[in-house]
Amino acid sequence: MNSNETGGMVQARLLPVGDTAWTVEFGSVIDPALHARVLGLTEALEKARKDALFSAIVDVVPTFRSLTVHFDPLRCDGQRLGEALLNLAQTSGAKQAEGRQWCLPVCFDDEFAPDLAELAQIKGMTREAVIERLTAAEFRVYMIGFMPGFPYMGGLPAELQMPRLASPRKAVPERSLAVAGEMCAVYPWESPGGWRLLGRTPVPMFSAADPVPALLASGDRVHWRGIDRDTYLELEAAAKAGTLDRSSLLLPEGGRS
Amino acid sequence: MSGVLEVLNPGLGNGIQDAGRFGYRHMGITVSGCLDRPLARCANALAGNAADAACIEVRVMGPALKVVQGPVCLAVAGNMVPKVRRADGRQEEAPAWRSVTLDVGDVLETGTVRGGVAYIAVGGGFDTPVQLGSRSTYQRALIGGIDGRLLAKGDSLPCGVPADPLQGERHAAPWTCDECPIRVILGPQQEHFTAAALQEFVNSAYTVTPQMDRMGMRLDGPPLKHVTPEAADIVSDGVTPGVIQVPGNGQPIILLADCQTVGGYPKIATVISADLPRLAQRKPGDVLRFRAVDAAEAKAALLDLESRWRAWADTLVQETTDDDAAWAAI
Repeated sequence: MNSNETGGMVQARLLPVGDTAWTVEFGSVIDPALHARVLGLTEALEKARKDALFSAIVDVVPTFRSLTVHFDPLRCDGQRLGEALLNLAQTSGAKQAEGRQWCLPVCFDDEFAPDLAELAQIKGMTREAVIERLTAAEFRVYMIGFMPGFPYMGGLPAELQMPRLASPRKAVPERSLAVAGEMCAVYPWESPGGWRLLGRTPVPMFSAADPVPALLASGDRVHWRGIDRDTYLELEAAAKAGTLDRSSLLLPEGGRS
Repeated sequence: MSGVLEVLNPGLGNGIQDAGRFGYRHMGITVSGCLDRPLARCANALAGNAADAACIEVRVMGPALKVVQGPVCLAVAGNMVPKVRRADGRQEEAPAWRSVTLDVGDVLETGTVRGGVAYIAVGGGFDTPVQLGSRSTYQRALIGGIDGRLLAKGDSLPCGVPADPLQGERHAAPWTCDECPIRVILGPQQEHFTAAALQEFVNSAYTVTPQMDRMGMRLDGPPLKHVTPEAADIVSDGVTPGVIQVPGNGQPIILLADCQTVGGYPKIATVISADLPRLAQRKPGDVLRFRAVDAAEAKAALLDLESRWRAWADTLVQETTDDDAAWAAI
């Protein structure tokens, strides 16, 4: 079975988060195999949500290595719900990230990529080689958190990995493409931050007016596509005017052509 | 006709809140909502509303609100001493725990809240836009409230249609909460702490520091040691209001209604939901003690809170209006 190949043998643990949530934990590290178990349980729970046992659930939050299930304690027996979640976790198996495949534009001009030249220099690579590696990689969205719409993505090639800045910036511009360790992310808003900034996308990560406000979801995959400054400004203006169609950023089924 | 209030003075840190925004935490969107929900329910009951109508949550200095379309029934629950300035210049006391009906031109001046939080409800509830299922203000994502922000001078606050606009004023005894220890369920990461730290946590006094807002409250007390320095970090996992996270310095931080959805510090324990309202009433300098309980006790505490609230609601007195008296006489 697929689940045995990808973390299926890992024993899930049930951890209480007070009297209103359970965390089903598959492990303690960042590992695509553990995340596949998280996605497997997320999907199984989605299918089982109609079951009366799960009707008191109010939020389901997948992370790198666990699923946190929030519930209304007045509408259920929390202990029974926890046991049911653990049972489900033992049988739900692994699910490879079959989320949507995005191809997101990013501009690497110096004004948008304040740390790109330094990273290239430290790594003994040309600027172009860094961009080439970044745009060739496939990133996996592990979870959305820290701030609304902020995607924690894994898959940064080893030769580009560096620790966070020793001194965080007071203000990272919104929509900056940022890396730290093996992680890649986009800051949805201007915010303080210590990740290294390698570019900027014109695509908003979060639109409160949209019924599904966050662009990305756990399990999605992301490819970056380099664009020039004019294209960046054009797309940014379209996004501001509300005419940027999210679906135009999806890769056709079957992956990258 | 439904009422409209104008914000003459926004006060400090005041925003619209309701029962919170659920179903979006997987997108990083916090729950928000009233820090002290039973108290907000009191304000709503006094104003003749359903339990979870949107209120103004007052954390420091309350607003001054003028009726520009009315009449509007207002009620304050919490430790405040509001006043009414009538359109003709008369000043009146308008104590908390008693509704007051204001006509066009009248102003409610709420002043400071003496510790904790307080709530201002209007008949019909504040009818600001519902975003993602809630009216709660969440400033970081610019959702809810008034264009995603707190009250500002000159804002126009629409009120909903009152359930029964002809009813008289209501009053009730103050809702109080006791001073016993804050009850917690240990975990989810209690194994990241030494046995001595777990003992210290339940046996010591922790002082609320001035670093406190709707996201969380930092405490000061005996540092809680992790089993190893590395155990002070985890790969981020889910958090919820009430979670007590402990960074490397060993000083606990209790997360509150506006907390992030995931966090990377180990969580020694989580405050039970029945005690979150009691936390909301604590202010810098107050001392907290913790007591570990099991799930059964947490559930009993929640049911007890519900029954105590219903007992409070039984103290609610509806005054008879002259109109009612006239009907009775016919």
